[in-house]
Amino acid sequence: MSLTTFLIQCLNSLQYGLLLFLVASGLTLIFGIMGVINLAHGSFYMIGAYMAFALSPIVATTLGGGFFSVLMVGVVLAILLGYALEWIFYSYLYEREHLQQVLMTYGLILVFEELRSLLVGDDVHGVQAPEILSGTLPLGDLMTYPVYRIFISAVCMVLALGMYLVFTRTRLGMMIRAGSANREMVQSLGIDIQFLYRVVFAAGVALAAFAGMVAAPVSSVYPGMGGSVLIICFVVVVIGGIGSIRGALLAALLIGFVDTFGKVLLPQAAGVLVYVLMAVILLWKPDGLFKAG
Amino acid sequence: MKPKVVFVLASFVALALYPLVAASFGIDLITKVMIFSIVALSLELLVGGTGLVCFGQAAFFGIGAYVAVLLSPQDGPASVAWLLPAAMLAAAGYAMAVGALSLRTRGVYFIMVTLAFAQMAYYVVHDTPLGGGTDGIYLMMKPVLGERIDLDRPIILYFFTLFALILVFGFLSLLLRSRFGRALAGIRVNEQRMRATGFETYPYKLAAFTISGAIAGLGGFLFAVKDGFVNPELMSWHFSGSVLIMVILGGIGHLRGALIGAFAFAFLQEVFQSEAIFGAFAKHWHLGLGLAIIASVATLPNGLVGLPAQIRDRLIGRSSRRAQAEGMRG
Repeated sequence: MSLTTFLIQCLNSLQYGLLLFLVASGLTLIFGIMGVINLAHGSFYMIGAYMAFALSPIVATTLGGGFFSVLMVGVVLAILLGYALEWIFYSYLYEREHLQQVLMTYGLILVFEELRSLLVGDDVHGVQAPEILSGTLPLGDLMTYPVYRIFISAVCMVLALGMYLVFTRTRLGMMIRAGSANREMVQSLGIDIQFLYRVVFAAGVALAAFAGMVAAPVSSVYPGMGGSVLIICFVVVVIGGIGSIRGALLAALLIGFVDTFGKVLLPQAAGVLVYVLMAVILLWKPDGLFKAG
Repeated sequence: MKPKVVFVLASFVALALYPLVAASFGIDLITKVMIFSIVALSLELLVGGTGLVCFGQAAFFGIGAYVAVLLSPQDGPASVAWLLPAAMLAAAGYAMAVGALSLRTRGVYFIMVTLAFAQMAYYVVHDTPLGGGTDGIYLMMKPVLGERIDLDRPIILYFFTLFALILVFGFLSLLLRSRFGRALAGIRVNEQRMRATGFETYPYKLAAFTISGAIAGLGGFLFAVKDGFVNPELMSWHFSGSVLIMVILGGIGHLRGALIGAFAFAFLQEVFQSEAIFGAFAKHWHLGLGLAIIASVATLPNGLVGLPAQIRDRLIGRSSRRAQAEGMRG
């Protein structure tokens, strides 16, 4: 493998890992703070990707602007969706057992998939990357690298940094950290935990949907994309440690590198490598790399 | 006799008499549902018996099915006498390996890890030429047992499956009443206390996990023989989800819950898929199924098994008191 190919694969790994982080951080937050195992989280990624596809003609005629206005509209819709879902479905699950959470969120997956099939159909669609970002960067003499992928990595990094700042520097972040450590205590201090949950849930949905939207031009949009992302995100959360944002970031990058280089070096075993990694880490640290709380 | 024993015996008698009135479509459908009942029973041993929520039952089922097809010779029918144990052993072997790792974790981790390992098995058959890749493979010659029992004939397979179902049911009800089963129940209720009493809980859980895998492998064997075909979709995580739904829908903590759940799930599926009722909308049957699942979480906390008691309490108006008492116990 030449140096340039190596570099390109590194950039790909980084981009994939950071994208995974966006989805997995919502999953780990929702579990860490609300104690809900959310199987429907992959569906939010799928919904985001389909929004990037389906909203673009609507947004273009009503608001004008291209990909970036679609992103804005999509994030707003995702936040509204998350807020409504928490209110209608998830708020009943807090005191229930994991088993019932699994069941209800699995039911939601089926509902989301069928609604998607009713509204948009079952075809595979491509999404155009925005004009400004559709160019390529020269790497070495022969190779080039698409600007859009660098854009994805950059946006994800900005978001990760933003999350870090919100968590460590703001009052909201303090409340969220406190809420994950001790729910009752936070409540008795007069903080509206119900509202806090809705904010966290809506943020998690928005992150997953945003990841789906920015990934759409690279991965294309297809039925079943939610399921595969969900399972990889479980692996991320298991490796990183449930509830730990830091762990999710490290684990997502690790998986990004293992998966991308696995596909290049060992194509037959690429699907399995990620799970082998998980098995090894479980042998070594059953609670994940960073255990929260 | 207790009502629940009567119920189970009556169900088995009804299943044995069913072929007298059924057409070939019905035989095929009920064979399939009985196979799903076997897989649901295997999961009930984990979920209801031991308190382990496994989201990877499809892998054990799929391995049983694949081994049955891969080991069958091309030139003549294999004998059930060795093919069935081989399929169950392979599934049990994978279950033991997965269990040894995933039982190091607990709670929600366990759910995710079992799901991930099942997905790993899925990718092995999906991506490698070992099992025919995404296309799957055909079972050319269906296995036989002696001269008489040829599983190629649907009616024989029907009774073979019924026999297997009754055996599994009987085995599990004995197992759960044995000292071993009592220990599992203790682990479910309070593992910490079991340890304090001097039980090494890990081997018990691993044994339950392995037995469950073997039984799911039996289901996979029967399914491969029924369809004469295997493909990676047998191991898809949606099947693990469906089996979990059967167990919960039926009612956790009762073996007959798994039976009722498997039949109720198949019934729901047939209803929502029926074009006579839903017309063109039947194509989107997952929507109705998903809504039915959500409704069952909201309205049936104890599953279908608990429904008679729920209705009785509602009519007599004791539900609030009963709920309070349960809340205190839980």
